[in-house]
Amino acid sequence: MKLKQISVFLENRKGRLWKAMNVLATADINIRALSIADTSEFGILRMIVPDPEKAQRVLEKNHFVVKVNQVIAVEVPDEPGGLDHILGVLTQADINVEYLYAFVEKNEEKAIVVIRTEDVDAGIQALEAAQVTILSADEVYKI
Amino acid sequence: MIWNEEAECMAPGEKTKLQLEKLQEVVERAYNNVPYYQKRFNEAGIGPEDIETLSDLEKIPFTTKADLRDAYPFGMFAVPPDDIVEVHTSSGTTGKPTVSGYTREDIRIWSEVMARALTMAGADKKDVIQNCYGYGLFTGGLGIHYGTQNVGATVIPISAGNTQRQVEILKDFQSSIITCTPSYALYLAEVLEKEGITGEDLNLKAGVFGAEMWTEEMREEIERRLHLDALNIYGLTEIIGPGVAQECMDKSGLHIFDDHFYPEIIDPQTLKTLPEGEKGELVLTTLTREGMPILRFRTRDITSLQSGECPCGRSLVKMDRITGRSDDMLKIRGVIVFPSQIERALLKIPGLEPHYQIIVTRPQHLDELEVHVEASPALFSDEVKHVEKAKEMIQKRIHDEIGLRVNVNLVEPESIPRSEGKAVRVVDKRKFD
Repeated sequence: MKLKQISVFLENRKGRLWKAMNVLATADINIRALSIADTSEFGILRMIVPDPEKAQRVLEKNHFVVKVNQVIAVEVPDEPGGLDHILGVLTQADINVEYLYAFVEKNEEKAIVVIRTEDVDAGIQALEAAQVTILSADEVYKI
Repeated sequence: MIWNEEAECMAPGEKTKLQLEKLQEVVERAYNNVPYYQKRFNEAGIGPEDIETLSDLEKIPFTTKADLRDAYPFGMFAVPPDDIVEVHTSSGTTGKPTVSGYTREDIRIWSEVMARALTMAGADKKDVIQNCYGYGLFTGGLGIHYGTQNVGATVIPISAGNTQRQVEILKDFQSSIITCTPSYALYLAEVLEKEGITGEDLNLKAGVFGAEMWTEEMREEIERRLHLDALNIYGLTEIIGPGVAQECMDKSGLHIFDDHFYPEIIDPQTLKTLPEGEKGELVLTTLTREGMPILRFRTRDITSLQSGECPCGRSLVKMDRITGRSDDMLKIRGVIVFPSQIERALLKIPGLEPHYQIIVTRPQHLDELEVHVEASPALFSDEVKHVEKAKEMIQKRIHDEIGLRVNVNLVEPESIPRSEGKAVRVVDKRKFD
């Protein structure tokens, strides 16, 4: 099951991340998970939000370059070795991970890991075969 | 020393008489032998007989680079092909290059004005001149070469590039005069310093620097670091090459060899001739060239003129150092670049908005070109490596178009300042004023 992630191009300039956050706040969009990839010249802000289409719309209206793409969200036990298992599965299946980021659930002893594999479908297949819990969009947004 | 005292120290009245005489001759030659001029004169309703005074020159239509390009390759020649002994071309970055054809007499004139220029820089038979201007179709190398030979100095035709070799020769041959672009002179100074070679280890006394804009600050720095007198030279392929004008040791402007090249300053907007001393676009007319007479060529270079006797004794009119262009042409490390070329490269990339800004800097005395391009969904990805690949692809496209490596910086949409709906294309942070 794939999950939509929204990516935003950020110029490496003061106040740009704040501006993006401000746009989302004004549109009453709650961010479930977030990570930033930074290079010397630009950054990529990646987020999981409940309504990615709306987020894209408001950001684009404010002249941000936005891309919505698919990622995989998996649930792992919030204990040592949780991520080790997941990555072991993907490595065994010879699947390249482009990036990942994790966040911890508030009420349960579980963590959620957002994974972007080179080939998203192949990633899902491998994880499903290893009986890893893949979360649906609704499940992620409900957290 | 003055190479040609008679010509260079001529009394003003005498000079004017000579100029008018030569102007009438060259107009006659151009009209009778170059269809382009005949057509332009007829369109303007004038003939060679209408040039009765020097100010009648204003009646003659301007010649632009585009006119010369339209005449490619030999349409501007005023003599039979057999009489042309040499050709040179401009770099041709914006399309076909412009061709310059020289008769034997033109080459003699060229070596005469270049001999005057080098003598102004203190050259004589005893000097060893390291000529780091490029040899070939570019006029820089051979122009200096002819002048050096005329003066009787020793020329080292090392041409451009290969800095290690340049340094070695500077030291081993004890070159006394160096000719190159001012930014290359500073680069050389840096390399010399890195190798622990100081100005005292060298024998340099003067440098003849041109082919790009530079400043008084750069002059001071070059002089301090290379222990020489840094002098400005000016010229252009369309007129003859280097040797249109040269600075003397007074360093207060460039003497135009106005018995061969007649200068005017115009307002680039109204195209009206401006009075002496006012800043505007330099327009040049070749008074003596046979192979390719050029009437009222718009150089696009911004300067002003000043007559009167110079402390050096010459009466040749002086032009101020070039402080700008009346078009958007840029010279980056001696290479001509027009913003439109960069635009053309960007337009070839699908999904890319042609919103860009060119930023020129000279951080380590060498020009750097940075192009800001507004990011678009087509270039963007959630993966860093894809965005970087897109950036590299843009860099390559621009490199293919202009022949220079640039640094592309992706910026957010709408972040490039727009004035009156049109983007400000060029930010030149180098200072020439």
